[in-house]
Amino acid sequence: MMETTAEDLNRVEKKNLFASGHRACGGCGQALAARLVADAAGENTIACVATGCLEIFSSPYPDPSWRIPFLHSLFENVSAVASGVEAAYKALKKGPVNIIAQGGDGSTADIGFQSISGMFERGHNVLYVCYDNEAYMNTGVQRSSFTPYGAKTTTTPMGNRTRKKNLPILAADHGIPYVATATVDDYRDLQRKVKTALSILGPKYLHILAPCPLGWGHAGDLTVHICRLAKATGLFPVFEIVNGKVTNVLKIPNKKPVEEYLRLQGRYRHLFQKGEPSGMVAEIQEIANQNIERFNL
Amino acid sequence: MLKYLEGSHAVSQVVAMCRPNVISAYPITPQTHIVEDLARLVGEGQLDAEFINVESEFSAASVVLGAAAAGARAYTTTTSQGLLLMNEVIYCIAGMRLPIVLTCANRAISAPLNIWNDQQDSMTVRDAGWIQLHAEDNQEAADLHIQAFKIAEQTSLPIMVCMDGFILTHAFEPVDIPEQKEVDAFLPSFKPQHIVDPRWPRALGLYADPRFYMEVRYILHRALEKSENVIRQVSADFAQAFGRESGGLIKTYKLEDADLVIVTMGSVAGTVKDLIDELEREGKNVGLLQICSFRPFPKQEVYRALKTKMNIVVLEKSVSLGRGGILASDIRWSFPRGEQKGRIISSYIAGLGGRNISTESLREMVARVEKEPVELAFLGLNQEIIAERDL
Repeated sequence: MMETTAEDLNRVEKKNLFASGHRACGGCGQALAARLVADAAGENTIACVATGCLEIFSSPYPDPSWRIPFLHSLFENVSAVASGVEAAYKALKKGPVNIIAQGGDGSTADIGFQSISGMFERGHNVLYVCYDNEAYMNTGVQRSSFTPYGAKTTTTPMGNRTRKKNLPILAADHGIPYVATATVDDYRDLQRKVKTALSILGPKYLHILAPCPLGWGHAGDLTVHICRLAKATGLFPVFEIVNGKVTNVLKIPNKKPVEEYLRLQGRYRHLFQKGEPSGMVAEIQEIANQNIERFNL
Repeated sequence: MLKYLEGSHAVSQVVAMCRPNVISAYPITPQTHIVEDLARLVGEGQLDAEFINVESEFSAASVVLGAAAAGARAYTTTTSQGLLLMNEVIYCIAGMRLPIVLTCANRAISAPLNIWNDQQDSMTVRDAGWIQLHAEDNQEAADLHIQAFKIAEQTSLPIMVCMDGFILTHAFEPVDIPEQKEVDAFLPSFKPQHIVDPRWPRALGLYADPRFYMEVRYILHRALEKSENVIRQVSADFAQAFGRESGGLIKTYKLEDADLVIVTMGSVAGTVKDLIDELEREGKNVGLLQICSFRPFPKQEVYRALKTKMNIVVLEKSVSLGRGGILASDIRWSFPRGEQKGRIISSYIAGLGGRNISTESLREMVARVEKEPVELAFLGLNQEIIAERDL
């Protein structure tokens, strides 16, 4: 556990513990998020990483980008691996140390769902960070259970017909003490949440929206702008859940129509035939409206 | 001290004496009493370890992977479907050179569903890069665990101690359980080399592109081959320290004068020895070669033991469907090509799914292989059941 003051929480950390020179695409939201997470957590941290984009672009032998201990084994087991690291530290009476399990949306919510649920339920002192880019990007943009309604992927060529799995709520319903969502445009907020999480004993879940320019079909320099629109439309609510209670919801006084967000991204282009929005756009607006109502955005 | 114990409890007691730091297991699919007893020992404070109750064997293997990567002596146990579910992690543990010890209570694989003994489960991961040692009885199962932690930590290789499910795990036998101080003197505390620790940041589990992957796999293969010496040495040291022979690479029984040699591994060796004694009284010279270390496969030791033997039958409790005997293949391959000529190596599959292997059924096998070479046979098949289904 970290000792934290309000000043500590609000300071933007830049330690470069996740070093430059990795192989992510230009504008990669996940690379930016991983650096912010590592820098917020600090040197006394072990990063357990699931197979996926982050692992691939940051850990080719012999050039890892990590300046903190890094442990990778498989795609679907990072929560259990982190549980084992934590158990070892307890048994060997070492530490305290920050243990952060990290994965993309597929390794977190699909194939790794059993593992993360087990880690939450057993109460390990681990922070799980999910970098949500809303599809299997590493392998060529296939649909995951985090792919939003309407989005085109290589396995939903006509647009995804299911709604996004709501993992932050599912995580909170395990009874874990801290859950938060964040986006990569707001450094201070994201790092504050990492530091807050690490100051709490027990399992924590941080869900970060991490745009993928390649998979979402937008220019690399739009990553930050897209994040702001995801929040401003209500499509990605930003909040914390502390001991089961939703708190610290990011209000959006100037709400934007989802169309503004969708039109910037190739994965939604099929929704605008000859420039006119299809019925699906209205349905996506309805999803945003429900979020606005549910979280009182 | 000699104790009358169930096989599972003999194992859990010695595993506890090896002072593992982290134990993780899933209680089903199926499981033995080993984990329940270890959970009790941890719960009652007799063993200072973390016991992690997980939601699947996949996570059990992953937890011990993480624990070992963080420097803990880690232990898990499973059997049958549970080992199959672990499979992906099993390969990964070996590739990452983590010295984990796993007890495999050998049991059959679905379908059909069957909870009884054979050795198909551990056979499915024979190529994963683990040392696989097979116990003959509960004393040896207990002894092999003490040796296993030492071998694993000296070689940075994981070890699977295989013991026949039910036949050993659920059988009560007198077992000599050593004193804690004897185990402590034999097994030094674990001093891991490569761990995740913020004081010395390292990366474990990097991916290797085609320039490096083959070399890593080759080095792992060589490590397995070289571990033969360590297995032999630790077995010898064990005999010195505890006053009994256990483990090693191979064992033999009345082999020297044998006209026919039965090759096998696991608990059926006991039945085979009884048969050999019976046949000896009838004037027949039959011997036994028992494989203790199935991986690494002790090719040279096998060759030295069998090079003058012209009639050999391999008896095993698993099968490569569509091919035949797995151990039989390894035995056939142990002879240089030029020495295959005139030598008969028959292959028998027996005891699948808990089918009893009796001295009577083994007599039939011996009688047949004395007359003719048997490319592949399944011992004791009920022809009536087959007649209805077979092509």
